[in-house]
Amino acid sequence: MPEEVTSLTNPAERFNEETLIRRIREGEHELFYELIRPYERRVYATAFAILRNQADAEDAAQEAMLKAFKHIGQFRAEARFSTWLIQITLNEARMWKRKEHAHLVEPIVDQEDAEGNYPPRDFADWREIPSEALERKEIREKLAEALESLGQIYREVFVLRDMQHLSIDETAKALRISTASVKTRLLRARLMLRDLLAPGLSGSWSTRLDFEKGTKPW
Amino acid sequence: MVVTCEQVWQEISNYFENDVEPNLRAAMEAHFRECDRCRSVLEGTRNVIKLYGDERMIDVPVGFSYRLQRRLEESTQPTRRGFLGWMVAATAAVVVVGSFEFARSSIFGQPDLRSEHAQPAVGVPPDMMVVVSTEGKLFHAVACPFIHDKAHVRTIVAREALKEGYAPCVRCMKKYLPLLRLS
Repeated sequence: MPEEVTSLTNPAERFNEETLIRRIREGEHELFYELIRPYERRVYATAFAILRNQADAEDAAQEAMLKAFKHIGQFRAEARFSTWLIQITLNEARMWKRKEHAHLVEPIVDQEDAEGNYPPRDFADWREIPSEALERKEIREKLAEALESLGQIYREVFVLRDMQHLSIDETAKALRISTASVKTRLLRARLMLRDLLAPGLSGSWSTRLDFEKGTKPW
Repeated sequence: MVVTCEQVWQEISNYFENDVEPNLRAAMEAHFRECDRCRSVLEGTRNVIKLYGDERMIDVPVGFSYRLQRRLEESTQPTRRGFLGWMVAATAAVVVVGSFEFARSSIFGQPDLRSEHAQPAVGVPPDMMVVVSTEGKLFHAVACPFIHDKAHVRTIVAREALKEGYAPCVRCMKKYLPLLRLS
C-alpha cells in the first residue's frame, strides 16, 4: 500500500499549516509560498502526469497555485490542504489539456464501458524492479510512456491514488465520482500498467535500451 | 475458501488497499502460492505501485521553484505594490508641482505671464537689472540686441519684471529657462 510521503500529517506541521492559512487570509500574502512549498513538487508532478509536457505542466502548476491563493478563503479545514491543492491542479491541467489539445482524440479505452473485467496478460516470468531503476532516465521515460497510453479516466485515478497518495475517498471527492468507480478504474489502471511494463521484465526492454550484455536496469 | 484466477484479478487492487475480507485474503494468498500467473500479476502490480509512487518518477525542471516564487511575488502582492507605486508617483508629482509653484510664486511672486507661450523662469536673481518694453512680453539683459520697441523701454529689477508678467528672453536669458536648456 502506498505510503503517505509529503503531506503534513504531523500534528505540529498541520497546526503550522492552519496558522499559515489563517495569516494569509488576514493579509500576510507573502506567506503563501511557505504554505505551498512542501507541495510544489507534487503539484508539478500532477500537472505533468496529465499534460506530459514540461512547459505546459509548469504553466498549469503555476496557475493552479495562483488559483489556490485567490480562493484560499474557500478552503474548508475538513479537507487536507494538500488534497484541495491537488484537486485544483487536476482541474487546471484538465482545462489546459482541453484548451491546448482539443483536436486530439482520447484513446478508445477512455470510454466508460471499458470498465469491465480485465484479464491480465500471462507473463510467467516476473521480477521485482528495485526503486534504484528510477535513477535511470530511460526507465522513467518508459514508465511515463506507459502512463500516457492510459485513457484519461484511468490515468487521473492512478495519478491521484498511486502517485499523489490521496486516499480512495479523497480521490473520489477530487474527481467527483463514487468510491466504487475509483476502485474499478484503479484496478484497471494498475493491471494495464503491469501489462505494459511486464515485457521489460522478460528482457525486451534491455535489448531496446542497449544495456550492457547480460545486465538489466533492475 | 477457494478462489479462481478471475476472482484474484478482480480483487488484486483491493488486496493492495487492504480492502478485502480476511477469509478472502487468506484464500488469495493460498492461490498465489500455487498459481504462477497470479503470482506474476501480484508482483507486477506491486512493481507498478512502488515505482510510480516514488517521487523520483517525475523530474521537476531546473529553476521551477525560483520561477514559481517570482510568479507568486508578482501576483500575490499586487495591492501593496500598486499602493507603493501610487505613493511614489504621487510624491513625485507633488515634488514637481511644488517645485514649479515654488519657482513661480514663492520667490518671485510671478503672476500670469504676458505671453501664454512663454516658459516660466527659474533661478533668476531677483535684484538683477533687466530691460523691459511697455508693449513687450520678455525681459532682457541690458545689451540684448532682441529688445523690441526700444523707444519705450525701462530698466527694472528682475523681481519687478516677473511680477509684471514678463518672461526671460530666450536669447539673452536662456540660462533661466530650464525647459529650453533641455531641448
